[in-house]
This record gives sequence, structure tokens and C-alpha cells, in this order.
Amino acid sequence: MTTSINDIIRFSWTALVGYPTRTLLMLTAMAIGVAAVIMLTALGEGARRYVSNEFTSLGTNLVIVFPGYSETSGLNPIALVGTTPRDLTLDDAQVLTRNTNVRRIAPINIGSVKASFQGRSREVPVIGSNHELLEIRHWELAQGSFLPAADLDRATPVCVIGSNIRDELFDTQAAVGQWLRLGDRRFRVIGVMASEGRSIGVDVQDTIMIPVASAQQLFNTPSLFRILVEAKTRSAIEPVKLAIIEQLKERHQGKRDVTVVTQDAVLATFDRILGALTYAIGGIAAISLAVAGILIMNVMLVAVSQRTAEIGLLKALGAPQRLIIRLILSEAIMLSAFGAIIGLLLGELGCLAIRQAFPDLPAYAPLWAVLTAIAVSLLAGFVFSLLPARQAARLDPVLALTGK
Amino acid sequence: MVPVPLLTTNMIELSMIELSLIELKNIHRNFLVGEQTVHALDDINLSIQAGEYISIMGPSGSGKSTLLNLIGLLDSATKGTYLLNQQDVTALPDGQQAAKRSKTIGFVFQAFHLIPRLTAAENIALPLILAGTEPDQRQPLVNKAVMDMGLSDRAHHTPDQLSGGQRQRVAIARATIMQPNILLADEPTGNLDQKSGQDVINILEQLNRQGITVIIVTHDANIGQRATRQIQMVDGRIESDQQCSQISSR
Ligand SMILES: Nc1ncnc2c1ncn2[C@@H]1O[C@H](COP(=O)(O)OP(=O)(O)OP(=O)(O)O)[C@@H](O)[C@H]1O
Ligand SMILES: [Mg+2]
Repeated sequence: MTTSINDIIRFSWTALVGYPTRTLLMLTAMAIGVAAVIMLTALGEGARRYVSNEFTSLGTNLVIVFPGYSETSGLNPIALVGTTPRDLTLDDAQVLTRNTNVRRIAPINIGSVKASFQGRSREVPVIGSNHELLEIRHWELAQGSFLPAADLDRATPVCVIGSNIRDELFDTQAAVGQWLRLGDRRFRVIGVMASEGRSIGVDVQDTIMIPVASAQQLFNTPSLFRILVEAKTRSAIEPVKLAIIEQLKERHQGKRDVTVVTQDAVLATFDRILGALTYAIGGIAAISLAVAGILIMNVMLVAVSQRTAEIGLLKALGAPQRLIIRLILSEAIMLSAFGAIIGLLLGELGCLAIRQAFPDLPAYAPLWAVLTAIAVSLLAGFVFSLLPARQAARLDPVLALTGK
Repeated sequence: MVPVPLLTTNMIELSMIELSLIELKNIHRNFLVGEQTVHALDDINLSIQAGEYISIMGPSGSGKSTLLNLIGLLDSATKGTYLLNQQDVTALPDGQQAAKRSKTIGFVFQAFHLIPRLTAAENIALPLILAGTEPDQRQPLVNKAVMDMGLSDRAHHTPDQLSGGQRQRVAIARATIMQPNILLADEPTGNLDQKSGQDVINILEQLNRQGITVIIVTHDANIGQRATRQIQMVDGRIESDQQCSQISSR
């Protein structure tokens, strides 16, 4: 016959309740450790998901074509900045639509000009593109219509403006139908962007969009900044990428002079970096659990010395060494478990607070972090109480009973 | 208290049993204090039969507690042999030693040694819990012990809510809950007033009449003289060992 788990737990419980200061101290240490792991990994994971969402909002199944190519790596900084060793033209863009795996393309041209209306004016980033841009970037219109569906080389004098531009130039007047001036040309406002259209790099609220041919005239350049290509399916992304490279090579006298980046590749890179970051901060936070474990050891050692007489008594009443060990261990593990539960609640509350404070950041602790935090705290409680438990078991009962 | 010679029938019974409950042969217990060796027990030979009522007296430091702890398997001899129920228990591994303490030996201490955060009933139940007795089997035993000790209205009080006498009765209930053969009491009345001490002695004698071997260490000559066998210790030796008059029940 051995003492049942139930009885061991009940006895340990009386000890935990019987020494509230010690219990609270250890619970706090454990709870802080677990909460730290949960909140920090939630932050890391939140950042990763935030970036991932932002990239997804760039568009779906997106392939981006840059002018310029470096042999060393597909994605080089020069290409990203957009220096052009050889121009990417509207004809190049037109050719890409022939691929049956391509759903739509949007050539992009950017520049900055002074926009003015009735005496108000400001410097505005201008995007030259086509009607497909709206779909590719999943943007929404607030009023009017987007750029007209027309041949790419048709320079219609129309523009779609961001809501901030509307507020600044038109104040309370209706903008749609008005003519505004961009540089030395006049454009009719045909649409206003909805305010939620926002993504990395460009703030749609603060831009004006015009047909790409108009932009080429306005900026006096035949070359494109980017071509956005949307593949029909996810699995078509790679074939489209290869096809684009081939098509453009053929058009550029057999020379490869463009960089083609898939959204997946960029996303994967960020994902890796931020994923590693999450593991790293999770690991650092886990150190606080180890610290809590060491605290448990010290407090349990004190507990054993405080309760020498009790341990001597248990021995006199017939408790073998292994039972004493089990009693002390169960006490420590119960402390760790309660600490972990409290920490879990605190951590989740903390995550909730973070999400309230930064609604854009999806700060949810990943499951692996929660499980690891709990496992590590239980393990720390167990490992670090082995020594005190053994010390208690080896006490000489006669000396222990006389309180020595 | 009228001294009555021990009945010859008892003597015959004892000699017929002849096998001792406790048999100590040439027991030495030395303590090393700094450079010096203290001979707490110096060549003790002692044979105790089941059902005896023994008092151990002697000056402070004469080795009474050491002898009691050794009999109770809380301590072990430096030299010599200890037979408990004909079994050599001189150097038993911890698990078996603990099992013997659990089943055959009950301790009553001068300082009570109750666990302060447990109620009287929970303290009494402790040996049963440690022995792995099922809760539904524990309850009736504890209830009976509480009744027998006259603690019915105190069962759910913690030790600090009890008088010294009550505490010692809780301790006796705890010591006997496993129905041991041997009850070892080290100055059980040392912290009690006259009246409570007397109550405790009465209970111990009652238990002895039910067949439990009682060994009591005391400084109180009045208490010591009530035992049927009185052992005097000096300097770790047994100076005298007398079979005495049967006490008159009060
Ligand atoms: N753990 C120990 N370490 C060193 N010496 C000890 C130890 N335990 C007992 N002694 C010594 O052994 C001798 C006997 O001690 P013991 O406690 O058995 O005496 P006692 O007869 O019970 O005395 P008292 O009446 O004061 O309780 C004493 O000299 C004591 O100092
Ligand atoms: Mg003593």
C-alpha cells in the first residue's frame, strides 16, 4: 500500500495554504515567467503576421517585374530602388498579357508633381497605371470610377485621387467632375479612393492615379517603374515568372535585364526573419522561467529547513524517504502548475491589452509558445525541487524532531 | 497504591511465550562531538516481552531518549544487535524501517509534534494516510479514536486551539491509530500540568491493559513507579532493572 496521489496532493495543498507568503512569492515568479513568454512571443508572432498581412494586401498571386538584373542574386537592392540599365516599356507590359496563366497586369510609373486646384496646391506622388491596378491591389473606390479600361498607350486626361488629396484641394466641394492641374496639364477627377486602401510603401490617401500613358507624357519618360502581374492561380506563379523572364529576354535581344520577384519569395524572407525573432525572444523570456526555477529551489530549501520537525515527524510516523521526496516534489510541481496557469491568464490578458492598444497588430501567442512555457515551468519546478526534496528525505529524524 | 506481588501465573505465561518482542544485545551508540566520542549507550542488553509496561528513568544525559529512539528505529546502533519480533532490524534499509515504524511502533513526544495547519482529526489520520489506507476506511478509525480520547467536540480544531492535555491526547490517538504493538513515550507529561499529565498516564495504562507494550521515559518518580518494570539508566548503562508491583487501577 502506498499513499495515493490524492492524499499527496491534499497534504501538499495544506502546506501551500499554510505558508501563504512563500506560496505567493513562488506563484508570482512563475506567473511572471510564463506571462513574459506568452506576451513576448505574441508580439513577435503579431509582427510576423502583420507584415504577412501587409504583403498579402499588396495583391494575390502577385509577380513583380523590375528593370535591371544582377547575376549574384535575384533580388538586389539596386533593382528594388529602380535604377534602370535598360528601360521596361509599355510594349513589354503588353506582351506579358499574352500568357494564358496571367489574369491581369498593371504597369506602374511613378513621379511627383505639383497638383493645384483653385489656388490651392501641393506636391503629390502620382502613379501612372491602368484600370487593372484597382483589382490587383484590392483597393476600393469611395466615389466615381477608377481609371478607364483603354489601350495602354492612350493618354486620357483623367485622374483618381486619394481622400486626403480631396480634402486638401477640394475641401467640402464635390471633387468628381472637377478639373485639376498636374504640372502643366489638366486632368478631370473621375474617382476618389476609399479611405481604407493602405499598404506598404504607398499611402493611397495621399496619391493621385492617372493613366500610364499620361504619366509617361507628364514625366517625359518612356520607361516603367514596375509591372505588376497577377497569375491566375497560386500554382501558376512560378510558370508565369519563368515565362516573363523568357518573353522579356527575347524582346531585349536575348539579354536578361529584368528582375522578377514573386510575392511569396519576399514574404518568405520576412517570414523567416520575424519567425526567428519570435523564437529568440521566446527563448530569452524562457530564461525568466529558469530564474523562477532557481527561486523555487531556494524557497523549497528554506521550506525544508522551516519544516524540519514536520519532516522528522512524518518519518517517525512511518513515511519512507521516497514518500518524503514525493511530497516535496508534488508541492513544487503544484506551485509551478498554479503559477503557470496564473501566468497564462496574465499573459493572455496582456496580449488582449496589446491588441487593444495596437489594433493592427494581431498579437496572439502561438500555441507552441504556450505549451513550451507550461512545460518549461513544470519541468523547472520538478528539476529544481529535486535537491531540496532529497535533502528533506535524508534528514536524521531524531535531529529533525528536536528541531536541529 | 498497594504493592501487590506479580502473580505467578503471569510469570508462567511470560516464560511460556519466552520469545521477546524486543531484544537488544550489546548495543552501543556513540556520537562524535568534535574530537570527542560520547557513549550515549554503552553496552545495553535488554529483553522486553509483549504487553509489558516499562518506565525508564535516570539523570539528564543518561541516554534514555537515545535508547527509546533506537527501539523506535528512528536511530540505529553503532554496535550490537537489535531483534524486533525475532527479526534482525539492526541495519534495515529505509523502506522496511519506515514500514516497521508505521505498523508496529507508535511515538508520543514531550513536544506533541502536531502539524499546526491540520485539524486534530487530520493529525490523527496522518499515519493512515502515510500507510496508504483508503479514505473510507480511515474515517471510522479516526472517529473512534477521537471518541476514545474524549475529543469529539475538538476534532475539527487546529492544535493552537487545544489545551496541552488535549494536544497530547491527539498525539496518543495518532500514535495508536495504526494499532501498533509498541508505544514509546518520551516524557509525555513533561509539558503538562499535574491533572492533564495524570489523564495522559491513565490513557497510556488503559492502552497497556489492552495489550500494547508501553515504554515511557520520565523524570517524574511518581509516574515511573507506576510501571510494572522500572529501568534506571546512568551514563548510557542500565543501572537497575526491576520487575515491580502491579499497579492498582485507579
Ligand atoms: N545527536 C547527538 N549528537 C551528539 N550527542 C548526542 C546526540 N544525541 C544525544 N547525544 C548525547 O548523548 C547523551 C544521551 O542523550 P539523551 O538525549 O539520550 O539523554 P536523555 O537521558 O534523554 O536526557 P534528558 O533527560 O535530558 O532528555 C547525552 O550526553 C547527549 O549529549
Ligand atoms: Mg531525553
